[in-house]
Amino acid sequence: MTEPTIYELSSKGRPGVTYPEPDVPLAKLPEGLVRKDLPFPELSECDVVRHFTRLSSLNYSIDSGFYPLGSCTMKYNPKINEEAARLPGFAHIHPLQPIETVQGALALMYELQLWLAEISGFEQVSLQPAAGAHGEFVGVSIIRAYHLSRGDSKRNRMIIPDSAHGTNPASSSMNGFEVVPVATDANGNVDIESLKSVCDDNLAGLMLTNPNTLGLFDQNVMEVLRIVHEAGGLVYGDGANLNALLGIAKPGMLGFDVMHFNLHKTFSTPHGGGGPGSGPVAVGKHLVDFLPGPIVTILEEGNEEVPPLFGFEMPKQSIGRVKAFWGHFGVMVRAYTYISMHGPDGLRKVSEFAVLNANYIMSKLKGTYRVPYNRVCMHEFVAEGKWEDAPDVRALDIAKRLMDYDFHPPTNYFPLIVHEALMIEPTETENKQTMDAFCDAMLKIAEEAHKDPELLRSAPHNTPVGRLDEVKAAKDLVLCCWIPENE
Amino acid sequence: MFIPHSEQETREMLGSIGVKSIEDLFRDVPKAYRFPAIHIPPALSEMEAISNLQSLAEVNETTRDLVCFLGAGAYNHYTPAAVDAIIRRGEFLTAYTPYQPEISQGTLQAIFEYQTLISRLTGMDASNASHYDGATATAEAGVLAYHQFRGKRTKFLVSCAVNPQYRETLRTYMAGICNICVTGDESDHDPLEDWKYLLSQIDTNTALVVVQYPDFFGRVYDYTELAEVVHENGAMLAIVANPMALGLLKAPGEFDADIVVGDGQPLGLPLSFGGPYLGFFATKNEYVRKLAGRLVGETVDHNGKRGYVLTLTAREQHIRREKATSNICSNQGLMALAATVYMSLLGKNGFKQVSELCYHKAHYAAEKISKVKGYSVCSGKDFFNEFVVSCPSDVEEINHHLLDHNILGGYNLSNDYKKLGHHMLIAVTEMNTKDEIDALCEILEEVNHD
Repeated sequence: MTEPTIYELSSKGRPGVTYPEPDVPLAKLPEGLVRKDLPFPELSECDVVRHFTRLSSLNYSIDSGFYPLGSCTMKYNPKINEEAARLPGFAHIHPLQPIETVQGALALMYELQLWLAEISGFEQVSLQPAAGAHGEFVGVSIIRAYHLSRGDSKRNRMIIPDSAHGTNPASSSMNGFEVVPVATDANGNVDIESLKSVCDDNLAGLMLTNPNTLGLFDQNVMEVLRIVHEAGGLVYGDGANLNALLGIAKPGMLGFDVMHFNLHKTFSTPHGGGGPGSGPVAVGKHLVDFLPGPIVTILEEGNEEVPPLFGFEMPKQSIGRVKAFWGHFGVMVRAYTYISMHGPDGLRKVSEFAVLNANYIMSKLKGTYRVPYNRVCMHEFVAEGKWEDAPDVRALDIAKRLMDYDFHPPTNYFPLIVHEALMIEPTETENKQTMDAFCDAMLKIAEEAHKDPELLRSAPHNTPVGRLDEVKAAKDLVLCCWIPENE
Repeated sequence: MFIPHSEQETREMLGSIGVKSIEDLFRDVPKAYRFPAIHIPPALSEMEAISNLQSLAEVNETTRDLVCFLGAGAYNHYTPAAVDAIIRRGEFLTAYTPYQPEISQGTLQAIFEYQTLISRLTGMDASNASHYDGATATAEAGVLAYHQFRGKRTKFLVSCAVNPQYRETLRTYMAGICNICVTGDESDHDPLEDWKYLLSQIDTNTALVVVQYPDFFGRVYDYTELAEVVHENGAMLAIVANPMALGLLKAPGEFDADIVVGDGQPLGLPLSFGGPYLGFFATKNEYVRKLAGRLVGETVDHNGKRGYVLTLTAREQHIRREKATSNICSNQGLMALAATVYMSLLGKNGFKQVSELCYHKAHYAAEKISKVKGYSVCSGKDFFNEFVVSCPSDVEEINHHLLDHNILGGYNLSNDYKKLGHHMLIAVTEMNTKDEIDALCEILEEVNHD
């Protein structure tokens, strides 16, 4: 049964939430500026709660099942994070309050800056960016500002491996850079010869995801960093895959110059159906002055009796502000909670078990699904969703059929360099039984693909709606609810 | 902490992989850099962690302990309990971006309803699924205008009465597009002059004009004439709006704005020290295909049943890569859901009622403050829920004194406007009672006598 829209549920004159009568005299309304009608629906609180509760039941979520969604790190989101972010002392403070009244919030941000810098091996962190792509934009802006500050204005090219996320090239072109692709070699690493051929005086930098989107730790990473640095470029680390590296390697120590974090991936803050994220950016010593701000600092040192006074400062040659206020504070509280419950050993375990789980699933599937780069993987791996002897079935069909087995599909058709890619990332929070059940479903689907391809091509069969007509959606373009005429 | 394996299971898994130990899985990491120590405090149990967080939270003075007259882009409104009850549901909270529509209809339909409510509220044809906040939505309006003219028009004209942080963010976004000049808000202006000074600066090299409604000083103007001049010159008009004001005031669409952006924080989102909030972005049909960010469209499944999908995805970075105009990927999905629930709960009448409460209480406060010796109100008579007060002494000092009486005073405008020393921006919402406003005035009077 189709859930009506809030406008279809509306009934003229039905009262919703009520507010107190004014306790002040009424002022004259501004002449010629008062709106005639507010075309909003009219519902009771019960109508609204039932509507959204019914809608929620149409969603898949981490709380209800397994998301082997490559590159997205859909780990379990601890419930205590939600409690922490809703503590009145965090949820009900205004961003422009005098700093003396928000020292607890500033202390938390200061400590989180330190922790993230320590985890990643960088010098300083800005918590302001709102999401991963926003962090990328910031990182690339910092690279630009660095070259310009040295009077080096000809560096207009950004190298990006062909396996990279689409946000990397988009972030580069938003900053006015020309994007230069570099190939992947037979082992799934950056192709060194291809890289050398594009490094020259015009090189601004390289955006590198390591482990890359094939789930492989680049075996040439030190050489790649050396080549780019020798050409005068900087190396940007895409932190999307940091879940493989906690306590395993620090990108800053390897020689990366700048990196963003995804607090909503690595540090367990919920995805919320598409956000909010949080994308802090970390830099080495030479880039500290370019960070976006303001960032949290100690204004007056404390002593045994008096705690330090925290406040804000703008880095000296900052690229500027990238959003209002200080960043997604509510998301920071959740990530802080998560890190404080893990400590150094717990964080290393996170990555160890994320990698163990991915390799376990790969070991069970690779006899049936071709894995194009057959190496030990990190936190994810990429398989091909096609068989020569089942020509009618594509990765998309496998993905849709998985829904009938009550699993979220893996990321598909990405990275672009693998045909019919299925990118699988289990994360550390899935238990062996769940992974076994997922592998069984994948093996069963492979069987079905050969015996009854139509079953896959028409899947899913057990979901609230079947495959949707995306062409119609784009052609007819209906972006708003139909409003009944009596409105 | 949240790792479920027993030792036995770990051994079985290692066996299936064919390695002896977990360490063996990390041989690709250069040995000298493998397994570095992380110097952070040792792990806490949940019980200890929340107790530590409580101690940090208790240090802060909240808008529940203090009487709040602070706004300047974030407002202390009442949020009905049902909003949080809905967004806390794991089915919404822990869902991924709805790329798989068959198992994401809940999120998709909620965004579709959000798009509808924002379009109706702003009087525009279409809204996207959200941006990070009001500042980044304003910056994305700049990105859209830049691409609309393919870089051939190079002037963005921005009123000095647009939120200073939004202007700063717009400039950061434009820094990489070297030929764009953001102008119109130079500090030699009298910042309190109305928007009409912009008219003479609009020319055929102007791509975009940005004004705010109500403006940063709370004032409301009819921008119809401005829109006419902007359009005569072939440029685009973006209006930054406070959504709460639109319950009472004419929709910016009625002025013929091309883009309406703003921050959705007043729509049921907690202050949360500045975020996460919600950037809304609405536009005319003709610009929909140039709009950055996700869009949800209605369609049918193979049985003809109504359903929703992310649509026009060919605009976005994961398809267009370096040719995409924006890199936005994650947005503010959950905050957009909160705003949708909030607007649905209040509905046609409740929303108007809150908007009017803000208006009347703010006007009462302004009237009262203007009678306190030494203070005067300089936002004219047409303002919404914020107004500028000229004070007899330094705003920091006054606020310090107010804080001693548990009142969070207004925003110090000299932070952003050199010419507005001793000027305070006061915000009033439905949360402020007459008694609180009277108390504010009494203490302001005391400060004057000090």
